[in-house]
Amino acid sequence: MRAFAALYAALDATTATRGKLAALREYFSSAEDADAAWALYFLAGARPRQVVPTRVLRELAREASGVPEWLFEESYQAVGDLAETIAHLLPEPGAGSDAPLARWIEQRLLPLRGAPEAELRERLRAAWRELDTLGRFVWNKLITGGFRVGVSRALVTRAIAEAAGLDPQAVAERLMGEWQPSASHYRALLAPAGGEARLGRPYPFFLAHPLQQPLESLGPVAHWHAEWKWDGIRGQLVCRGGAVFLWTRGEELVTERFPEMAAMGTALPPGTVIDGEILAWRDGAPLPFAVLQQRIGRKQLGPKVLAQAPVALVAYDLLEADGEDLRPRPFHERRARLEALVMQAGQPALVLSPVVTGHSWDALTALREGSRARGVEGLMLKRRESAYGAGRVKLGPGGEWWKWKIDPLSVDAVLVYAQRGHGRRASLYTDYTFAVWNDGVLVPFAKAYSGLSDAEIQQVDAFIRANTLEKFGPVRSVRAQLVMELGFEGIQRSARHKSGVAVRFPRMLRIRTDKPATEADSLAHLHQLLHSGDPAP
Amino acid sequence: MSHRSQDLVQATPRGLYCPPGDFFIDPWRPVERAVITHAHADHARRGHGRYLAAGVGERVLRARLGEISLQCVGYGEAVTINGVRVSLHPAGHVLGSAQVRIDHGGEVWVVSGDYKVEPDATCTAFEPVRAHAFVTESTFGLPVYRWSSGAVLFEEVSRWWRGNAAAGRASVVYAYAFGKAQRILAGVDSSIGPIVCHGAVEALNRAYRDSGVLLPPTLLASHVADRAVLSRALVVAPPSAQGSPWLSRFGEYSDAFASGWMQLRGARRRRAVDRGFVLSDHADWPGLVQAIRESAATRVFVTHGYVPVMVRWLQEQGWDAQPMESEYGGEQDDGAETSDTPETITPGAAQD
Repeated sequence: MRAFAALYAALDATTATRGKLAALREYFSSAEDADAAWALYFLAGARPRQVVPTRVLRELAREASGVPEWLFEESYQAVGDLAETIAHLLPEPGAGSDAPLARWIEQRLLPLRGAPEAELRERLRAAWRELDTLGRFVWNKLITGGFRVGVSRALVTRAIAEAAGLDPQAVAERLMGEWQPSASHYRALLAPAGGEARLGRPYPFFLAHPLQQPLESLGPVAHWHAEWKWDGIRGQLVCRGGAVFLWTRGEELVTERFPEMAAMGTALPPGTVIDGEILAWRDGAPLPFAVLQQRIGRKQLGPKVLAQAPVALVAYDLLEADGEDLRPRPFHERRARLEALVMQAGQPALVLSPVVTGHSWDALTALREGSRARGVEGLMLKRRESAYGAGRVKLGPGGEWWKWKIDPLSVDAVLVYAQRGHGRRASLYTDYTFAVWNDGVLVPFAKAYSGLSDAEIQQVDAFIRANTLEKFGPVRSVRAQLVMELGFEGIQRSARHKSGVAVRFPRMLRIRTDKPATEADSLAHLHQLLHSGDPAP
Repeated sequence: MSHRSQDLVQATPRGLYCPPGDFFIDPWRPVERAVITHAHADHARRGHGRYLAAGVGERVLRARLGEISLQCVGYGEAVTINGVRVSLHPAGHVLGSAQVRIDHGGEVWVVSGDYKVEPDATCTAFEPVRAHAFVTESTFGLPVYRWSSGAVLFEEVSRWWRGNAAAGRASVVYAYAFGKAQRILAGVDSSIGPIVCHGAVEALNRAYRDSGVLLPPTLLASHVADRAVLSRALVVAPPSAQGSPWLSRFGEYSDAFASGWMQLRGARRRRAVDRGFVLSDHADWPGLVQAIRESAATRVFVTHGYVPVMVRWLQEQGWDAQPMESEYGGEQDDGAETSDTPETITPGAAQD
């Protein structure tokens, strides 16, 4: 537990990828297989559900710490995190525990689930007695299902691969699919390449990059295959040895939630893997994402639900045919085989993603304008000669897959003023004013308060403190450097606003650390949006 | 706020006032006679007629306030002001910091100023003083604030520095220039490499050394030409140096912030440094409680910090406790970022 807690602290302390990678590598090179398996499980984002009810945890912590209820609350308000508050309030920290992580999880954490309250209390007290402050914090996070640390799955994968001297892609591939945090699975993960059973395992998804450069830089339009960018759930249908598996891009196995697909899969030849989009689909057109969402949330899929929200897999790539891995083949070849397969199958729930034909970039640009009316997000551009890569590969000049989304109702704007928030966020700058360019001057046009995660708010807060120009009471003017993508529901002319426009429900979609302020949008762009016309039905 | 007629210390618009002695303690508006607990800017201000302070802190006080009419006394040495016996006792906060003991006809009040109870190599250790009434600070008056021992902490700092030096990058630690910076200098393992100080820190180092406090040798950044030296150095700079061009000379560096606020993960992350060292010159919660107990006072007045929390808790424990208004730095998170030179400190900012 000590080593894992130290790893957590190291990952939490640094924002530098290099530092995180080094800490991960160090941990995985020295951890026992069973511990490494659990560490990987948690770091890759899996979270066992909360095993101790918050009420019990609070009561017990209060008893153990001997502080009155109101003081516990005051402390919680100051700290802002229950697991941390408890770690700080518990009396004299223990010596810390050298017992392995796997033992902590398997013998101490998992048995808490569903244990009678009295036993729960005894077990918790014993754990706290043993752990030091950092160990208590990490333990509290684990038992409340709140364990999160800022590392991507890809980074963890890379660290493990480097520690074991393996190809990161091979490790990523093995990690896809059902994976149990056990020593034997971990050993299998690090086994030398080759000869592994891969019955239900999907391939790592190949991801597209958002298109930000001019189309001309992509070369002749004839080198590209265009199709709609669907607003559904990316999925991989794996049919091998008579079994069917449907995976989402989040590497979740969802076969049971889509019985139509499971049925359709059994009708396909064994050794087939299709990449496509799971969509609510009726009469040859997609239904809004909300329809699909209603279905995902349900545990029981009655005939009524199935009828109200029929689904289809809109296929756009063929990764495996007759058991052969087609990924290295050029896209156009895979596509031709996919077309033949879909035709032959004749399954209503298996639809071919249509080709969008445009003989020039201008023609494609014009077609893309109609995306909203079609209920799609824009266009996908795939190089006809491209192989199917893994993940979001670093791009040279010849990027392979691009997503060319329409986002008429979003704008990249520069943060110019910040104000403190309220309540729990009272000490943080959480309310922001954004501006766009007009003749070389930034014109404020919207205020936004929501959309960022707590971690992002803290980063922005730190930026604001480090880049304050002036303070006016609770408001600070900030050096114009930070760009964020703002989304909004509507835009109207407004004589009351200096910018001449008023936006409805602005919120932050993301922080554009990739964009310098000079590349933020202009007021002219906002005015164009006034005319861009109407949103999809 | 109501006070009884025999109260020896009262909050007034100009500062904490002793009516029978006709003097103020750490006043925030100009007064004729001021007793100063320590030289931090929210306690020691310019513009008073006469100053009384502990002799060990004379150099730092003069370094900060310049020409003043200053009477110095040794710890424990009593002077009589208008029939009131006044003596200063170590507060363990920074060099020269004192609690003010006021004795008027056998009624004894003690004003703590800022204090910490754990030992500190750069100043005389806190000494409990018995009193009928105790005026305490409450900067870290929440039970989540508990410090680990100095030894553990400095080992942590040293380990970080050693690791960075081995990797060929400088270790920049932001610490308040007066007090905390010197405490770090005195606490780290100075055999690891050279120590470079920002000018604002070096000015105080001089005053400390002149006062007889032993500090390891330090260099001014501007006097070091060799980059290789800088890359192994521990760099001690005030918080205002964070993000400033002054740092560019160090090339690659890891940075850390030393403050009691670093106890909390949120504050640590907000600060956006690689490491947060929980180092404070204020008492933690157990320290505050210990000092209040050891004063044996039945009446407790709580100034700057988590005032309502501390007052309520003390009342529940049976003390006659109440808040006392002051303009000393509070617990605001912003304190950590307040610029550090005395001239630019804004009133109301915490010193930690």
